[in-house]
Amino acid sequence: MNEPASHPASHLGFHPAVIAMQDVNIATSRHASSVVLERVNWSVAPGEFWVVAGPQHSGKSDLLMSAAGLQTPLSGSCRVFGCETTAFGEAQLADRLRVGFVFEGGRLFNQLTLAENIALPLRYQKDLSATESARALEVYLELFELTPFAHLTPANVAANWRQRTALARALILQPELLLLDNPLGGLDRRHRQWLLQFLDQLWRGHASFGGRPLTLVVTTGDLRTWQHPQRQFAALDEKTFTVLGSWPGVESARTSAVRELLAGAPAPAP
Amino acid sequence: MRGDLAKAFELANTRVFRNAPLPKSYTDLLGRKLFLLLQTFQGLGAFALITLGVIFKKIGAAHNVVQPRIRQEITRSGIALLPMFIFVALALGFLVVSQTVAALARVGATNYLGSTMVIVIVRELGPLLTAVLVLARVGTANVIELGTARALGEVEALEALGIDPMHYLIVPRAIGMALGVFSLTVYLIIGALGSGYLFAFLQDVALTPGDYFKQIAEALSWLDFALLALKTIAFGFLIAVVTCYHGLAQPLRLEDVSRVAVRAVTQGIVVCVLVDAVFIVLYLVT
Repeated sequence: MNEPASHPASHLGFHPAVIAMQDVNIATSRHASSVVLERVNWSVAPGEFWVVAGPQHSGKSDLLMSAAGLQTPLSGSCRVFGCETTAFGEAQLADRLRVGFVFEGGRLFNQLTLAENIALPLRYQKDLSATESARALEVYLELFELTPFAHLTPANVAANWRQRTALARALILQPELLLLDNPLGGLDRRHRQWLLQFLDQLWRGHASFGGRPLTLVVTTGDLRTWQHPQRQFAALDEKTFTVLGSWPGVESARTSAVRELLAGAPAPAP
Repeated sequence: MRGDLAKAFELANTRVFRNAPLPKSYTDLLGRKLFLLLQTFQGLGAFALITLGVIFKKIGAAHNVVQPRIRQEITRSGIALLPMFIFVALALGFLVVSQTVAALARVGATNYLGSTMVIVIVRELGPLLTAVLVLARVGTANVIELGTARALGEVEALEALGIDPMHYLIVPRAIGMALGVFSLTVYLIIGALGSGYLFAFLQDVALTPGDYFKQIAEALSWLDFALLALKTIAFGFLIAVVTCYHGLAQPLRLEDVSRVAVRAVTQGIVVCVLVDAVFIVLYLVT
């Protein structure tokens, strides 16, 4: 992986935080009153690449869902592009569409083919017919190497391709912020490598997206995979969100939780 | 959009209450059951109003995506059920209409044939039987599909893409079922009355086809047509609301889906019978 001459965010000048959380308490999605993270204070600047690590059930998905406005925090202020996420409604649809979200496992629509899954947000938001969206769809299918599987439903393809489809679906509306929940979970070595490189290209500015750098946040159970000097790291443990800073900050962290996350999570399912 | 679902969920979220230990007295038990019933009606009412609101507010929105889904639902709730309804119409004609015609002819009461057929087939049996069959065939599939989608997190995935789940998942089903029940009822009534006469004719009933259909036509008024349309559309819409409410408006795990499907079918039948009772009052008043 080549080092960039400078951080992509440095080209963007001063901008308000993409994600700004202040004293946020987050509940689990299953039990609305059970707190999984307390007093989260977190700010993500445009063009940053954040890696949020934590063991299972530490609240990684809930944190990401709250940041995307898909889950309402119990208390505190959570803003995305300056807009309070609790106020996300029809009127704030434009702000919501600036955020792309890739769920763990993809969460594709099982009744639709992979091609229909990818095209759905574009067709729905821009009211396009299948013919009108065909060109854009073709580009995405090629970019994600999904053309041979385009006509298959999610149940008939491997998890690797489902994850790529979910990523393509999240990117087709060209968001500025991309949130990925454990994107490497269940992927084999080749697909992990492809995804790591692709996310790095997105962060620097991928040609297919007009060269515009994306702000990225990923969650993981294994910090080592995401080691990079220009990424920001945070750890979740025992209801606490801790900003570790850049990679040297991770290495110098003395907590047992961070040491475990550096030792690596159990091998993902094939 | 998320707010709408959350509101409906709050009304539906009585699981803790449902699973509470048994009360010590029968009156407490009765009170709990009554409270749950009221909660359910409140939730269903809110969900029905939200659905109507979305239908009118988003009419024409994402036309290229929603329109094909409506057509698909009309096919599923209407056209695909036609073979079964042809069979049911023949059965209804054979079991009910032909015997009624033959019995009335035997006692020389053929003058009452028209009004009997209109009350039994057009006003009551046709719409209610259609609603129950659509509920059984398509309603259960609705709960299972939506419940599975909910359990697998597809609803959150729609929200993440800025797609209103009510607009994308519920509106096509509500419109499709309303039109499907209306059309199937009309076919069922025509088929049952036609085949009924055929079976009666085979029993040598002394009644010409002209007299038979003339009597039925004379017994029908414009109100029958208007209320039949209103009633069947209400049945279809409410079946969609009940089944979609149970499949979508509450967080589900995969193991909950079958339990919820049974509850939705039971409540669907109860709702249809209650609506039918309202229409009986309307018939009596007008």
